[in-house]
Amino acid sequence: MEMDWEELGLKVGLEIHQQLDTRKKLFCGCPTVLCEKEDAVFKFKRYLRAAKSELGEVDAAAIEEAKKRRAFVYYVYESTCLVESDEEPPGELNDEALDIALEVALLLHMKPVDEVHTMRKIVIDGSNTSGFQRTALVATDGWIESDEGTVRIDTLCVEEEAAQRIGEHDQHSDADMQEYSLDRLGIPLVEITTSPDIKTPSHAREVAERIGMILRSTGKVKRGIGTIRQDLNISISRGARVEIKGVQELRLIERIVENEVRRQLMLIEISEELRRRNARVERRIVELSHIFRDTSSNVIKRAGGKVFGACLRGFGGILGIEIQPERRFGAELADYARRYGVGIMHTDELPAYGISADEVRRVREAFNASEDDCVVLIASDDIERVERAFDAVLNRAELAMRGVPEETRRAMPDGNTAYMRPLPGAARMYPETDVPPVSVDEERIERILRSLPETIEQKKERYKREYGLNEELARKIAASSSDLFEKLVKSCCRGGAVTPKLIARTLTDTLTELAREGVAVDAERIDFEEIFRMISENAFGKEAIPDILKFLSAHPDAGVDDAVNALGLRAMRLEDVERLVDEVVQSRIDFVRERGMSAAGPLMGVIMKDVRGKVDGKLVSDILRKKIASALVMEHDRR
Amino acid sequence: MSEMEVLEGDRVKVRKRTPLGEVTYEGIVMPSSTDSLVLKLDSGYNIGIRVDETVHIDVRQRASETGDERTGEKETSYKKSEPGEVIKEGKAVVSILSTGGTIASKVDYRTGAVSPQFSTADILDAIPELAEIAEIRGRVVFSILSENMKPALWRKLACEVFDEIRRGADGIVITHGTDTMSYSAAALSFMLRTPVPVVFVGSQRSADRPSSDAAMNAICATKAATSDLGEVAVVMHGSTSDDFCYIHRGTKVRKMHTSARYAFVSVNAMPIGKVLYSQNVRDVRVMLAEDARRREEDSLTLDENIEERCALIKFYPGEDPAVFDFFVERGYRGIVIEGTGLGHVSADWIPHIRRATKDGIPVVMTSQCIFGSVCLRVYDTGRDLLHAGVIEGGDMTPETALVKLMWVLAQTSDYDEIRRMMRENMVGELGTRRTCSVQLL
Ligand SMILES: [Zn+2]
Repeated sequence: MEMDWEELGLKVGLEIHQQLDTRKKLFCGCPTVLCEKEDAVFKFKRYLRAAKSELGEVDAAAIEEAKKRRAFVYYVYESTCLVESDEEPPGELNDEALDIALEVALLLHMKPVDEVHTMRKIVIDGSNTSGFQRTALVATDGWIESDEGTVRIDTLCVEEEAAQRIGEHDQHSDADMQEYSLDRLGIPLVEITTSPDIKTPSHAREVAERIGMILRSTGKVKRGIGTIRQDLNISISRGARVEIKGVQELRLIERIVENEVRRQLMLIEISEELRRRNARVERRIVELSHIFRDTSSNVIKRAGGKVFGACLRGFGGILGIEIQPERRFGAELADYARRYGVGIMHTDELPAYGISADEVRRVREAFNASEDDCVVLIASDDIERVERAFDAVLNRAELAMRGVPEETRRAMPDGNTAYMRPLPGAARMYPETDVPPVSVDEERIERILRSLPETIEQKKERYKREYGLNEELARKIAASSSDLFEKLVKSCCRGGAVTPKLIARTLTDTLTELAREGVAVDAERIDFEEIFRMISENAFGKEAIPDILKFLSAHPDAGVDDAVNALGLRAMRLEDVERLVDEVVQSRIDFVRERGMSAAGPLMGVIMKDVRGKVDGKLVSDILRKKIASALVMEHDRR
Repeated sequence: MSEMEVLEGDRVKVRKRTPLGEVTYEGIVMPSSTDSLVLKLDSGYNIGIRVDETVHIDVRQRASETGDERTGEKETSYKKSEPGEVIKEGKAVVSILSTGGTIASKVDYRTGAVSPQFSTADILDAIPELAEIAEIRGRVVFSILSENMKPALWRKLACEVFDEIRRGADGIVITHGTDTMSYSAAALSFMLRTPVPVVFVGSQRSADRPSSDAAMNAICATKAATSDLGEVAVVMHGSTSDDFCYIHRGTKVRKMHTSARYAFVSVNAMPIGKVLYSQNVRDVRVMLAEDARRREEDSLTLDENIEERCALIKFYPGEDPAVFDFFVERGYRGIVIEGTGLGHVSADWIPHIRRATKDGIPVVMTSQCIFGSVCLRVYDTGRDLLHAGVIEGGDMTPETALVKLMWVLAQTSDYDEIRRMMRENMVGELGTRRTCSVQLL
């Protein structure tokens, strides 16, 4: 579906969360390491209560969580302390983390605040043992350049990472209990929020990439899966603001934005259709167990034969409409029910799940429902849960008549999103009185400004300029965030076969190709300096590099020399090379006569088959050309 | 900066010139503990701004113009709820007496102010489960931080509890700061004989946070207050989990951790009960130990008099006996020593102690080991202390020994009688046998 983003009024804002690579956590002395859940020393169980605000209002998201009445179980490790367990007040704000946050802020042209105040942001989904996340605003009002214009950076906060959910991918996990691992709780992270200045899906990806590069330029952020997460704020003119949480891969951003726009357009269409039909939601929940007394449906049998239903008048066919790729509107309603640990079935998709056509007919009869209506079923023997789940599902169905509800949604690996909770209200923060404010003085800013790192962008431009690398290679090697490249260039490039380009290719493409073949090369452990030194001394040819790296990865204790010997790469003496070339030329002298100098290409292939890696190809080529030339001269003379 | 004075609650726009460019903030002026101007931005974040010549402030709206009631200050009002009529309708009546420990508080996310809640309505609003357990009557006795508690207030509290029980309460819950809760619990244990449960409760993690232990402790305490218990007790978290509370005897309990939920421990005794917690109030269950005194076992009496001039001295290596003499010279009537090990002080203290006991000032020995009983018959120093007139404090905590000595001195001034009473187990404060399975951390 081609879409005109400008006409749709697409606005996207990014919220990027990046873990910092500090020695200690944000408010305690624990290391910032992750653990295996098997290493937990013990577990404990807690409940959280929604705090009431003074006006008697509770935050929408908080009510939603409280309704679920979940118990939270936390895994405790040797590497966590009483602060993570919410048994001890936090320490002072980690200075190292604040320095990194200020460094990132300055790279983003932001203005740091004079005094950093730590706040408590209420979060009662259990991901924080305290029931709030500690967060502090560090800087405001910055910008970055992008291909489609300047994008403003609104705020940068430093905050504590939440506890890791255990079994989060298990969609049907018991809704009464949620397990969390405390190792991740308290790792410092920066949260960078852009203005909704982003106009297209590809623009969103570009901006995320650029901010990611700036973060990595510092060399002080964590790398690897889960260490950076993108949240997207997406809206279109006729839709609503939807917050999509937890995009872990940049390549998904475009698809997620596109799918969300499509979802909002479909929801708008559905609302128009429902209004045309005068649809309405009946809030009467009826027990239908008698219909299913002899059912062959396992879903219903598992629920002890207890089935309840409610009727959505005028919704016939609507729940079967696809609103995201392979995701129907019915799945939206199911998301709401799933939060209470139950699934839904509906007449748009029945008969199915072992429910017979006759049972469907009797369900419809029970509500006097025609094909124009839709009956939603929930099978469960927990009446309270059924009531809560229906409440949520029917509320969502009512919202469908109005259009797109404001929601927080979860990014899924296929680029779709699923409902998570309502958008949180704006003001649910109050000061963390256990943590004193930190003054950011001018000396500190100046010190950080003085040692601001070269950004990856700047590095890339310099590599192009100084080493003649092309755009792509310069970008790759600049983004690799290791100073190995420049070290090797300085120590190994003395003219000859070893060029900056060879080093850059080796450290990027060659390693990538090997990885694709399943060879994981630990670059830290490879003596690249020795490899390039030997190449520059013509000890072997650069073509042998992949084989040497493979050998060294398989034999961690072996040296480059061992690899050369084992692979039979020991360079041929010059006279042996000359003799071999001579033999080849003479044995194919007719071919040489016929083709002249252009015979060099094909003959090169024949020779390299024998000498690959033992002699630099350039040298072979030089000798071959010389030999062909002299053979031709001799022929000429003979005539 | 502008001439205009900026007041708390004003909505202001601040422009500041910085070497990195001009920056603008808009928000509401908050109270500040430093020299900085603290603003609450619309995003909810607070920031501090150094106000100097680079700063320009515009007041957008005065606090007085918004009509908003602001700051926690006045919300911290100590609304005294009227005692009210006791309405018996099958449900037990529990009086919740507040002394300053908060089991409920409200947060104003707009201003960030946290205000403790004391009225019955507010407590029930925060912990509606309590109303399912009992008919709740709330009452503020006083409102102080627990570190500011003093013996005179123990007396007042004992009288209030006495009155509540006489008025027909089936159980008493006393909310109390945790720091000195065990002293107050010990004091009421000696001052009162009660036919109904008198339960102290508090919270280790503040009531404003969703993870606070306040609600669960209050639910378990209220449940304990409707149980068959008939003595003064402390009900607090039993572990780091929200799964059960222990019921501790008021004279045996001690705060053994500065911050954790599981801080309260019965010392040299097993807890006298347990309250199994559940999110569903109907499933909250009270279990009482054999030796817990039962409802109606005692009839209601009050003897709130105590001798406040008693001291608790912790002995440390090399401590000058002049420290001891100081209290004697200042007219103190009784001294409890927290000695080393089985109950020792250095030999040079012994003549000073002998002089005091000769003058009729009782000296009671306890141990800074906390766990285990004092025994002065094992070593020479101990025997010398006994000869010098020292009274063994048995397995009482130093704090309980101090409170008991205060109470005993109000009963009699006869040294032998004092010794007899201090050695006699009155309300479960002295154990005769200690088992291996003490509840340790
Ligand atoms: Zn820690």
